[in-house]
Amino acid sequence: MVESKHQWKAWLYLSPAIILLLVFTVWPIINTVAMAFQNNYTAGLGTAKGVKIAYEIGVENFVNVLQYENFGQILKNTMLLCVATVPISTVLALLIAVALNSIRPLQKFLQTIFFLPYVTNSIAIGMVFAAMFNIIGLREGNTVADTWGIINNAIMLFGGKPINWINQGSTYWANMVVMIVYIVWNALPFKILVLLGGLQSINKQYYEAARVDGTSRRRILTRITVPLLSPMIAYVVITGFIGGFKEYSSIVGIFGDTMGPKSEPGRLNTMVGFIYDSLNAGTIGAQGKASAAALLLFGIILVVTMINLQVSKKRVHY
Amino acid sequence: MENKNMKTLTAKDLQQVSTASRVMGILVKIGTYAFLIAMALIVLFPFYWMIISSLKSTAEYRRNIPTFWPEQFVFANYAQAFEEGNLWQLFKNTAFVGVVSTILSLVITILSAFAFARLEFKGKDLMFGALLATMMIPGELFTITNYLTVTNLKWIDTFAALIVPFLVSVFYIYLLKQNFMQIPNELYLAAKVDGTSDLKYLWKVMIPLALPTLISITILKMMGAWNSYIWPKLVTKKESMMLVTNGLRNAFTSVDGQANIPVQMAAVAIVSAPLFMVFLFLRKYIMAGVSRSGIKG
Repeated sequence: MVESKHQWKAWLYLSPAIILLLVFTVWPIINTVAMAFQNNYTAGLGTAKGVKIAYEIGVENFVNVLQYENFGQILKNTMLLCVATVPISTVLALLIAVALNSIRPLQKFLQTIFFLPYVTNSIAIGMVFAAMFNIIGLREGNTVADTWGIINNAIMLFGGKPINWINQGSTYWANMVVMIVYIVWNALPFKILVLLGGLQSINKQYYEAARVDGTSRRRILTRITVPLLSPMIAYVVITGFIGGFKEYSSIVGIFGDTMGPKSEPGRLNTMVGFIYDSLNAGTIGAQGKASAAALLLFGIILVVTMINLQVSKKRVHY
Repeated sequence: MENKNMKTLTAKDLQQVSTASRVMGILVKIGTYAFLIAMALIVLFPFYWMIISSLKSTAEYRRNIPTFWPEQFVFANYAQAFEEGNLWQLFKNTAFVGVVSTILSLVITILSAFAFARLEFKGKDLMFGALLATMMIPGELFTITNYLTVTNLKWIDTFAALIVPFLVSVFYIYLLKQNFMQIPNELYLAAKVDGTSDLKYLWKVMIPLALPTLISITILKMMGAWNSYIWPKLVTKKESMMLVTNGLRNAFTSVDGQANIPVQMAAVAIVSAPLFMVFLFLRKYIMAGVSRSGIKG
């Protein structure tokens, strides 16, 4: 009696979550896969006239995505941002976390500062980075400007030449450097937080034993700290790659919806940007293409995560 | 005899070694602090630049040699930013969406976590496993269909579109369930014997005990509303329905040319301020929640 009453109650408590998950999580998975495999699927086509369109089953949407003229560029941008930002931010975060862990005074204060970028809006602070790299009032054969932007001012202070980072006529590599700097700045707080948490849970006895043996600092770092921290490092690398493949709003933050300098719209577009562009395109086959691209992204993330896990199986000491 | 000799030797040795290592230690300490402070300054620089730029006049901002402290504080930039960006409207929308979705989300999460943590029912493990499995799928996959669903429901430019699709977070259910499980079952059974209803028990015992987790969830959810960009951009076309991030990007688009950067920076500062406040007061909960979730918002 009591048992059956509980059964009924449990489902009642779960019902809001289950209903919402069915509509906004389970159905989307099924429907997105279905749309991806119906050639040239276009949402709402024919519904106004009450016509139900029978789409052919096939992989044409995927072919359309792969044959899209800028797809190579989009894939290159996504990959480059991943491959550049994940190692840089992980190594930097590791150094900062180890340094933070070794000090007493000011530790909490500095830890708070390093966490600050996390509580910001990536669009809003992207606008600040854009302002720092922005040149205003460029004249006379690109040699005189009202303001070169604070980054160029710093470069010129050290005797360098100002670089057109993000304005019209800027190069692809200059744009990329700006994006990498911004994404690393954005990625640091989470990685530092996780790595520092890991460091603080390492048993102090290992370090005492090392000190008794007179082990050098570098050896302690490479032979004790990094191996014992390796599960945490694997975690931040894997989540870093997943996040990197979904990069989008940081680019919007700096370049706006054009996803590139005014003269080269779309030059920095990524997979996620491509999915949303397709979704809103309003052309025949738009939603099929968006679904196919989303599945491709999912596939890429899955493969990369598998590779990451495989590598970490050999390297990580649990 | 021999023993005594050994002792003096080691003591002397130790002293030498310890002075050398102490000097080394101090140098390493100095290096460590120098590195950390340099990095901290780099991390802080954009915030500093945002604030001082927001207080400069356009003429001062455009000067060839930059000033590092505004010669004259132009607070009018902030008033202009409020007006130009329609920031009040954006704040009101975002706060409404944030508060409503947080409350509803908390209710749903608490009920589900309670069912998973305390009640026995058929298919519980299977159900929970299925929920966890959905966490592996990237959000972009949901967004496409959800956008079509919301369009079909005629929810475009309504608060429902901004709130309802994201009410359930499997991760929060998981987090709270773990927390609830740590509360001894005896308490629940004792309450049952006393004839306390489930809901009263939840309210009087479990929620107070799980408060830190609930606060973490609340803050992360509010931050999510504050920072979300992609979904609000898809489902809001009217300016009066926009959330703060979209409105901001929308109102101050131009990177090139004649953009009034001080006003732009003032708008960014206004938008960033609430999150900073929350962070300053509730740092502990945010950092605890984030280190477990690994997701932004």
